Amino acid sequence: MTTVALKPATMAQALTRALRDAMAADPTVHVLGEDVGTLGGVFRVTDGLAAEFGEDRCTDTPLAEAGILGTAVGMAMYGLRPVVEMQFDAFAYPAFEQLISHVARMRNRTRGRMPLPITVRVPYGGGIGGVEHHSDSSEAYYMATPGLHVVTPATVADAYGLLRAAIASDDPVVVLEPKRLYWSKDSWNPEEPQSVEPIGRAVVRRPGRSATLITYGPSVPVCLEAAEAARAEGWDLEVVDLRSLVPFDDETVCASVRRTGRAVVVHESGSFGGPGGEIAARVTERCFHHLEAPVLRVAGFDLPYPPPMLERHHLPGVDRILDAVARLQWEADN
Amino acid sequence: MTVMEQRGAYRPTPPPAWQPRTDPAPLLPDAEPYRVLGTDAAAQADPELLRRLYAQLVRGRRYNVQATALTKQGRLAVYPSSTGQEACEVAAALALQERDWLFPSYRDTLAAVARGVDPVEALTLLRGDWHTGYDPYEHRVAPLCTPLATQLPHAVGLAHAARLKGDDVVALAMVGDGGTSEGDFHEALNFAAVWQAPVVFLVQNNGFAISVPLAKQTAAPSLAHKAVGYGMPGRLVDGNDAAAVHEVLTDAVRHAREGGGPTLVEAVTYRIEAHTNADDATRYRGDAEVETWREHDPIQLLERELTARGLLDEDAKQSARDAAETMAADLRARMNQDAVLDPMDLFAHVYAEPTPQLREQRDLLRAELEAEHADQEGTHR
Repeated sequence: MTTVALKPATMAQALTRALRDAMAADPTVHVLGEDVGTLGGVFRVTDGLAAEFGEDRCTDTPLAEAGILGTAVGMAMYGLRPVVEMQFDAFAYPAFEQLISHVARMRNRTRGRMPLPITVRVPYGGGIGGVEHHSDSSEAYYMATPGLHVVTPATVADAYGLLRAAIASDDPVVVLEPKRLYWSKDSWNPEEPQSVEPIGRAVVRRPGRSATLITYGPSVPVCLEAAEAARAEGWDLEVVDLRSLVPFDDETVCASVRRTGRAVVVHESGSFGGPGGEIAARVTERCFHHLEAPVLRVAGFDLPYPPPMLERHHLPGVDRILDAVARLQWEADN
Repeated sequence: MTVMEQRGAYRPTPPPAWQPRTDPAPLLPDAEPYRVLGTDAAAQADPELLRRLYAQLVRGRRYNVQATALTKQGRLAVYPSSTGQEACEVAAALALQERDWLFPSYRDTLAAVARGVDPVEALTLLRGDWHTGYDPYEHRVAPLCTPLATQLPHAVGLAHAARLKGDDVVALAMVGDGGTSEGDFHEALNFAAVWQAPVVFLVQNNGFAISVPLAKQTAAPSLAHKAVGYGMPGRLVDGNDAAAVHEVLTDAVRHAREGGGPTLVEAVTYRIEAHTNADDATRYRGDAEVETWREHDPIQLLERELTARGLLDEDAKQSARDAAETMAADLRARMNQDAVLDPMDLFAHVYAEPTPQLREQRDLLRAELEAEHADQEGTHR
């Protein structure tokens, strides 16, 4: 038996590797977007792809998000598997009509005759000191659009696995890449990268018995940190990383909540009309008789993403999560 | 003496010499829409082609009349008639080879039918039984597109992909005058020109975007002039002259196929009917204007030319009318049959595999249908 040394790798490197492996395995995989070629993307996720596969496979497009996604639709119609990059979360909005009116529903409107295997990569979320329009958490818009799969990795291994699964999917997948985790490192085996299971499975990142933190993407490390800190209070928190927002893994989430009896949903996106409301409702509908307290939400405030010097007050941090857990205890004791 | 000259020393470095990227002159459209019928150019036109165009125009007009009648009978939710624009529709379809693709807008049912799409299946969007009745791959016709101009980037992407694969496929994308104001029109033309994609954009300028006239839509000299800004040729053609539209489109398709890149064609035509049966055209235009355009009817223009040249006798006219009548009778008969719909199909094509959430909802609907069925059984007993 040979053991392969695990090496530290960043999430950005794993994403690059996923694109490279997918392009090498399947000549119909094409990467397109603004700055993805010569520059290798502003986050360098597409670094080296144009050099290795040529500019026809990794294409610098004109600066036009609707055009990027709209032409990807036509490319997919002709049998290619386009992977498009939307440079920053808020830059994707001009492409929303293409996404919602065509990408998400072409399979449906053609009765299954014209599926569109398109992957839309969206660097999202805050915490990197970005100026306005560079830090939005837009997952609720994507989640609300039938026909799209929506995934978001929190670990280096998942970044590789979820992006490979997205590209292999015969349906459009929005891959929300947490910008502030791009440079997070993990011990990872780049020689034999493992794919995760098919899209749609959540995972328990940390087992616990006092309460469940339901979270995803950039908030996963924050929740793990909160769980460590909670030990000082005598709380043993379970952390569930959703990985896939659509489809939603009710099974894993509800199994956890039934074990712990308490749940807090944590995400950066605003609370009102945000993913947490949907998740809390689903958990309540399925686990009401197991709940010792209401499902709480710890989310970003309901405001346009704040300027970078104030973002730390907006982003859900360890203290705010622990306060919510304390409220769960209070609800239980009274 | 200026202050700068008094100070003397400072001389800014001149910027690098500026060069226009493309000579705009060859891209500019002619001042007048190109015409064939009634001009010396008509003698060059292929008689067989003109007769084919004629038969298709007559059939197209009959289709428009029949479909409009079906809206009055409640068989179609809505029908945006292309009466008066049949020359554009027919020429668009006939300018393409079988391997080419058509990207129609919602008013371009006739172009889809002229390309071989079943006349009933071309109407399912408007009938309301499904969004797209036909298989887009069968005749290489993309789904009729309701949002304006959003199908244009699809055409560019498909043509680009075909070229990357080494296929000499051309995409023809159709849009109305109103659609040229949309952002997707701009992005599609820009991508096509930068990529030199084998695409032809056909703008049917029929005078109005629902009620808004062209003068309120654009300040450009013509819609064909917009091509220059993208670096592609713009062509202006009389949209009611089937021979002219066919010639210009065939040229543009050949140009694209040979690697010459995209062309923007503006066909100047007129929407004789209202936008749809839900629209009152008398609120925004006068009868006199409509009458002027009726005088310039595409079928009459071609009929006069063919008759004058002895290429069309009464028998040929009658046979075109008979064929159109047969098509209309068949369309009427099949549209008068109630569509048979399976509600469970609602869940069949959202994803390749339904999500667990959709499976739950599918089970709910199935239970509702079974209960409904049981109720009906009970009532009948």
